Amino acid sequence: MTDARREILGTLRSALNRNQRPPNAARRRLTEHPVNLVPGRGQADPETQVGLFSNEAIRVEATISRIDDMAGVPGAVSKYLVENNLPAEIRVSPSLQGVPWTGQPMLNLTDGIAQGSDSASISRAFGGVAETGTLVFLSGPENPTTLNFVPPIHIAVIAATDIDGDYEAVWARLRAQFGPESADFMPRTVNWITGPSRTADIEQTLLLGAHGPQQLHIIIVDDPET
Amino acid sequence: MEPTTRQFKDNAKEALVDAQLQDALAKLGRGFPLRRLEAAARLPEFEALRDEAREIKNHVLDNLDFYLEAYEAKVVASGGQVHWCKDAEDARRTIAEICQKAGAKTVTKSKSMIGEEIAINDYLEDAGITPVETDLGEYIIQLRREPPSHIIAPAIHLSMGQVEETFRESHQDLDPARSLDEPRKLLEEARNKLRTEFLGADVGLTGANMLIAETGSNVLVTNEGNADLTYSLPRVHIVMASLEKIVPTLEDASTILRVLARSATGQDMSVYTTFCTGVRRPEDLDGPDEYHVVLLDNGRSQLIGTEFHEMLRCIRCGACLNHCPVYRSVGGHAYGWVYSGPMGAVLIPGLIGMDEAAELPNASTLCGRCESVCPMRIPLPKMLRAWRQKHYESKRSGALGRWMLGAWAALARRPKLYRRMMGLGVAILGQMGRRHGRFRRLPFAGGWTGGRDLPAPNGDTFVAQWHRGARGDASGDWLRKNPP
Repeated sequence: MTDARREILGTLRSALNRNQRPPNAARRRLTEHPVNLVPGRGQADPETQVGLFSNEAIRVEATISRIDDMAGVPGAVSKYLVENNLPAEIRVSPSLQGVPWTGQPMLNLTDGIAQGSDSASISRAFGGVAETGTLVFLSGPENPTTLNFVPPIHIAVIAATDIDGDYEAVWARLRAQFGPESADFMPRTVNWITGPSRTADIEQTLLLGAHGPQQLHIIIVDDPET
Repeated sequence: MEPTTRQFKDNAKEALVDAQLQDALAKLGRGFPLRRLEAAARLPEFEALRDEAREIKNHVLDNLDFYLEAYEAKVVASGGQVHWCKDAEDARRTIAEICQKAGAKTVTKSKSMIGEEIAINDYLEDAGITPVETDLGEYIIQLRREPPSHIIAPAIHLSMGQVEETFRESHQDLDPARSLDEPRKLLEEARNKLRTEFLGADVGLTGANMLIAETGSNVLVTNEGNADLTYSLPRVHIVMASLEKIVPTLEDASTILRVLARSATGQDMSVYTTFCTGVRRPEDLDGPDEYHVVLLDNGRSQLIGTEFHEMLRCIRCGACLNHCPVYRSVGGHAYGWVYSGPMGAVLIPGLIGMDEAAELPNASTLCGRCESVCPMRIPLPKMLRAWRQKHYESKRSGALGRWMLGAWAALARRPKLYRRMMGLGVAILGQMGRRHGRFRRLPFAGGWTGGRDLPAPNGDTFVAQWHRGARGDASGDWLRKNPP
C-alpha cells in the first residue's frame, strides 16, 4: 500500500504545483484553528442560553427537567421513570455514581458498560450547545460510550454552567481542559446528541427510536458543585 | 455493482411508468425541499455559512497533499492505521484482509457511499464474511439485493407494502401470522433483528462524513444511531473514506455540519454527530482496540485541477437530487450506478469513465436548481455541460446527433441565414397549424408529440415582431391590444 500512498500524493503534488507553493496557510490553519462565522442565535447571556438550549432540545423531541443540585438527580430520575411507566432500573455511568442514590431505594442500579437487556441509562454530558439543543459527551473511564446508545431510554445530566452558545465554545473548553495546544486532547469518541434516535426510511414516516434511544430526557442541574 | 449507466434511457422509460415509484418520488419532492427552506429561514446566516463552507473545501483541495499527510500522522499518533488505496479493488482487498486477520465472521456496517462505490458487501460475502447493513433503509435494500436509490434515503423508492413483503420473505423464523401493517411494526422488527447483530459483530465498518486533519478524527452523521452501535461494540473499527473528505480543523467541521443537515433533511443538526479518534484509551471501558482508515482515491486525484475539481467539494447531502426535475421524474435507479441525480451525473463519468456514463450528463435540463441549493455551491450545470462537450469532442457520440449539432452550429453562426430559416419554418408551421392551433403529431418531433401537443407558432418569429415595433411594455398594454 505504500506504493499507492506515493502515487496518490505524487499525483496531487504535480496537479497542485506543490514545488512552487509551500502550504504555509494550511500549516497555520492547523495550529491556530481559527473560528469561522458563528450564528448569532446562540450568542446571549448564560440564562438565556439555558432557555434556548431547552427550547431547541424540546423541538427535537427531547424532554427536560431542571433541578437545583446534584443531590436532586436520583429523585428526578425516579420521577421520570415512574411518570413514563418505565421499569425502576437504570445503568449508571461512573461519572454519576457519587450522587446520593441511597435516597431512592426502589431504584435498581447497575454499573459497567451497557448490555443489550438494559432498559435505561444515565450519563453526564460534558457540554450543551444552545444553538441546536445539542448535548456533547466525551468517552472515557467515567463515561462509557455505549451508555449513550444501547438502552432505549437515555437520561443525560448536564450542569447549567456547561451549556454554551455554540459548538466552537465547547471545542475551546475541550482544548483548554484536556491539553496544551499541541497534545492529543480528543478522547476516543466525542458524541453530539440532538434529540432521540429517529428514522424516516419507510415511506418518509418519521419514527423515533430507530437503533439508538427512543427517549432522551435531559436533567439540567443549576448548581453542580453543591 | 455492475453499472447499467448505458441503459439510462431505457431505465428512465421504465421508471416513468412505474406508478408506485412515481408516488414515492412525488412525496420526496414535497418533503425535503420544503423542510430545507424552513431550516434555512430559521438561520439568517445560512447563505454566509454556505460561502464559508465552500471556501474551507476550496482551501482543502488546494492543499490536499499536505492535509492528507497531517491527517495520517494524527491517526497513527492515536493508535490507528491509514491504508491508502488507489482503486476499489485495493480497498476491498484491504478491508477483507483486516476482517480475516481479526477472525471476523460478522461485520456490522453503517451506511457509506464508498461502501457502495467499491461494492464491499459482495466481496466480503465471497470471502465468507457476513456483512450486515444497519441503517434501516440500507438494511431493507440489502435484503432485496438492490442498490440505493438516493444517497441519504436509500430505500426512498419503496412502499411500506414492499418492505413488509421483504421482511416476511427474509425473516422466516418469525411468526408468519404477525401483523406488519404499519411503519412502527416494521421498524421494531428490524430493530430487534439488528440488535443481535450489533452485539455479536466482530468488526464495525463505517463510512465518514469528514476526516479532520487537526485531530485525525473521522466524523459520522446519522439519525438512527446505527453508526454509533457499529463502531462502539465490536473490537475492530474500519472507516471507509475517500480522500476529499478531509477538513482542516474541528471548527471547520462545525461550519460544514451547520449546512449539511439543513441541506439534506431540513434538520438543524442530525441526531448523532460523532467524532472518532483512534483506538480506545487504556482506561476506557468500551470502544474498539483496532482502528483502520481505508483511504480511497478511485480516480479522484485525477480530477484535481481539471474542470471537475469543484465536484470534490461535495458533502453528499442529496439536496441536488431532491430539487432536480429529472431525478424527481425517474428516481435514482435509472442512473444505473450507486450515485444519482446531478451530483451523480457529474461524478459517475469521472469515476467509471465517460464512455460508460455518457448518457448521464444529458439527463439534465440545466435548470440550475441543483447549484442554487448546493450547500457547497458546486457549479453542477457548468460541469454537466463540460462532460457533454468532452463527449462531443471525443467523437464517440452518435453520428446523427453529431451531424445535427454540426448543422445547427453552422446555422447559428450565420445570423441572417438563421433568421431566414427560422422565419420560413415558423411561417410554414404557423400556416399548417392555423386550424387547430396545435399539432398532435409532427414528423421528426415524435419525442415531443408522443406525450403532449406541440403548440403551433403564430406565424412570425420574435425577432421579426420586435423589428416591427411590437416591443410591448411592462404594463402589458401591447399584449392586451394584440392578444395571441
